[in-house]
Amino acid sequence: MNLTMKGISKSFGPVRVLDGVDFAIAGGEIHALVGENGAGKSTLMKILCGAHTADAGSILIDGEPVTIRSTREGEALGIAIIHQELNMIPQLSVLDNLFLGREPNHFGVIERGRMEAQARSWLSKVGAAQVEPERRAETLSIGLQQLVEIAKALSLNARVLIMDEPTASLTEREITTLFVIMRELKARGVGIVYVSHRMEELFSICDKVSVLRDGHFVGERQVAQTNFNEIVQMMVGRELKERFPKREVALGPVRLKVDDLCDEGHIHHIHFEVHGGEVLGMAGLIGAGRSEILNTLFGVNRRTSGEVRLDGRLLAIRRPIDAIAAGLGFVTEDRKSQGLVLGWSLRENSTLVHLAKYAHVGIVNRTAEDAAVKALMEELHIRARDAELDVKSLSGGNQQKVVFAKWLARPPKVLLLDEPTRGVDVGGKAEIYQIINRLAAAGTAIVMVSSELPEVLAMSDRILVMCEGQQAGIFDARTTTQEQIMTAATQGLRAA
Amino acid sequence: MTPQHKATLQRLGPFLALVGVCIALAFMSPNFLTVSNAFDVMRQVSINAVIAFGMTLSILLGGIDLSVGSILAVSSVLAAMSMKSGEGAAVAVGVAVIAGAVMGSLNGVVIAKGKVAPFIATLGTMTLLRGVALVLSNGSPISDFSSNLFAMLGGGYVARLIPVPVVAMLVMFAVFWFVLTRTVFGRHVYATGGNAEAAKLSGVDTDRVQILVYTVSGAMAAIAGVILTSRLDSAQPTAGAGYELDAITAVVLGGTSLAGGRGWIFGTLVGALLIGVLNNGLNLMGVSAFYQLVVKGAVILLAVLLDRGGKT
Repeated sequence: MNLTMKGISKSFGPVRVLDGVDFAIAGGEIHALVGENGAGKSTLMKILCGAHTADAGSILIDGEPVTIRSTREGEALGIAIIHQELNMIPQLSVLDNLFLGREPNHFGVIERGRMEAQARSWLSKVGAAQVEPERRAETLSIGLQQLVEIAKALSLNARVLIMDEPTASLTEREITTLFVIMRELKARGVGIVYVSHRMEELFSICDKVSVLRDGHFVGERQVAQTNFNEIVQMMVGRELKERFPKREVALGPVRLKVDDLCDEGHIHHIHFEVHGGEVLGMAGLIGAGRSEILNTLFGVNRRTSGEVRLDGRLLAIRRPIDAIAAGLGFVTEDRKSQGLVLGWSLRENSTLVHLAKYAHVGIVNRTAEDAAVKALMEELHIRARDAELDVKSLSGGNQQKVVFAKWLARPPKVLLLDEPTRGVDVGGKAEIYQIINRLAAAGTAIVMVSSELPEVLAMSDRILVMCEGQQAGIFDARTTTQEQIMTAATQGLRAA
Repeated sequence: MTPQHKATLQRLGPFLALVGVCIALAFMSPNFLTVSNAFDVMRQVSINAVIAFGMTLSILLGGIDLSVGSILAVSSVLAAMSMKSGEGAAVAVGVAVIAGAVMGSLNGVVIAKGKVAPFIATLGTMTLLRGVALVLSNGSPISDFSSNLFAMLGGGYVARLIPVPVVAMLVMFAVFWFVLTRTVFGRHVYATGGNAEAAKLSGVDTDRVQILVYTVSGAMAAIAGVILTSRLDSAQPTAGAGYELDAITAVVLGGTSLAGGRGWIFGTLVGALLIGVLNNGLNLMGVSAFYQLVVKGAVILLAVLLDRGGKT
């Protein structure tokens, strides 16, 4: 089917999030929808699936105008959405999740036999035949849960499928599986709207791309006839000078030296050194133990053996407090659950780590605190009207800069970064890279875990690759390739 | 109206409700709006308010302290036993407050180090300490301390006008206000309640914060116990039963979130006063005790519903 959205506008209170946006998708097409955070992608898709209603504009299916007032009505028209945060009830079985709210029943008694047969057939259509329908949803990997969601969409007879950041928490292998399924759906005439920040994926799986900026439709392109630079320029509205800003830093002496580091079973015998001014990248599949290295260094996970030295001095870190006292900083993976206190202001969040610096006998000096926050906001280009704003209201990029700000009130000797640009748009990424470069130039030793290979390759001096809890090797970032890293990450020591 | 204005208005909601109820009662009962009645209400409120200040801290952490009534009873019995053994009022108060702090820190250690849910941990100590109060007192009240100084604590006046418990309540309020808004510890309480994991990763000693908070809560319950014992000139091992619910009501009426991380001490003071004013007004109007319960319950539900209404 052909689906067209015309002149869609939507405001929340005084804020106009969509202004006359056009978008069209045909059956059998994979259509990327891109734009920076806050560009209006999610709102547009919520209007399409019926979760929101537009203030103005129309939706046409095969030329016929339709109104979609609820997700139920959207589903009845064949439009289904798979949210980034999956919508399954973790304690229920796969079967119950698939049929939630529309269980086949006979006078209220659920017909499990019929349910199970149908479930198996849908699961096998999405390449998840190995999933037992009776398994509880929470026992499945994120990748499998996603396939179950796709199966559910198919069971609803979806002809347009909206996927919001579907690869954000998948492993490389799961992404490959997902792409195979997506191509099969496409061959069967399903139209897929693909919302993602990952530009590389867009070029490998999508046919068309539409770009939104600040609630406006910027344009539509055939993927085969465009390139990375054009898309980014459309997204940010200016030419992005460099995706990865260059860093010219003479390496100092070894700052962080790690020998034979083990934790309670996730990582085994890790060795590495990081010099002042150096960025050591950490690559590997999800679950390979990269984050666990950082957590063990920072005292979150228990170190069972090994030695950690900072500037030659042996460290005994048992809790995060010890790590901070020694001069370590940690930009954690999940800024909402680990990095920020949501509901708190930008000011309170940015001074949480080093609050004592602005206090005398336990009493906070607000003048000193305000001045420090102002300086940090300028230094990190945090764009917010004022420091008292709730961090929840900031964009992903600005939130991440607040997490950096927490650590920069006293420049750390070693800064651990876990997926520092996750969920940050292209413009915000470049600014975060500049912050990393400035810290390196000031002599900080940086350890950066990232799942985005182009980022690891461009930003690191050397790259430590992890595979199943083992260190598969350390590569020189100037001479190594993505393929070499992927080989080491999937085959481990055999490859290195 | 901007969102900020709306938020401020909502935050002041309990205070406006208090003012509204006072105005209404002033019209309905001529005896309500007198200086002596005002101090009477505040004195009646003081015990609950002092407990509720401590409770505010544990609720800000996302926890709760159900053991305050039992801590009050044990402290009260210990104060009475000190008085009976011939110690001075200062010693009796010191014994009670230190004992309260120790019992509170026991809660804190079980919760922070033992990783027991605060509801369960303090439910346990609530029962345990009630037993301790009964054991220590052998199940009977300890009365008649014949000490003017000790009697002052619950029944005396400052400047011949302001009851001592009211002064104690206002001083405690000022201290809590300062600690929560101006100190590193206060900031750490909000951080731990708002996002314990982020706080810990930012170097906040969340275990220490929890232990301190429950210690303070215990000490506050003991102070309330001293006031009560002095006022009655008697320590009852069964005293304080159900006080935890009154304190929780005051905290919640004041707008502090049971989910933790959000709230303020002024709200708790207002919440406690609101309960007290309602009691007092209904008494002055001669409403029967049975109907008073109905009215109080309805007011609590109404207040909480109004609070929710702004959030959607």
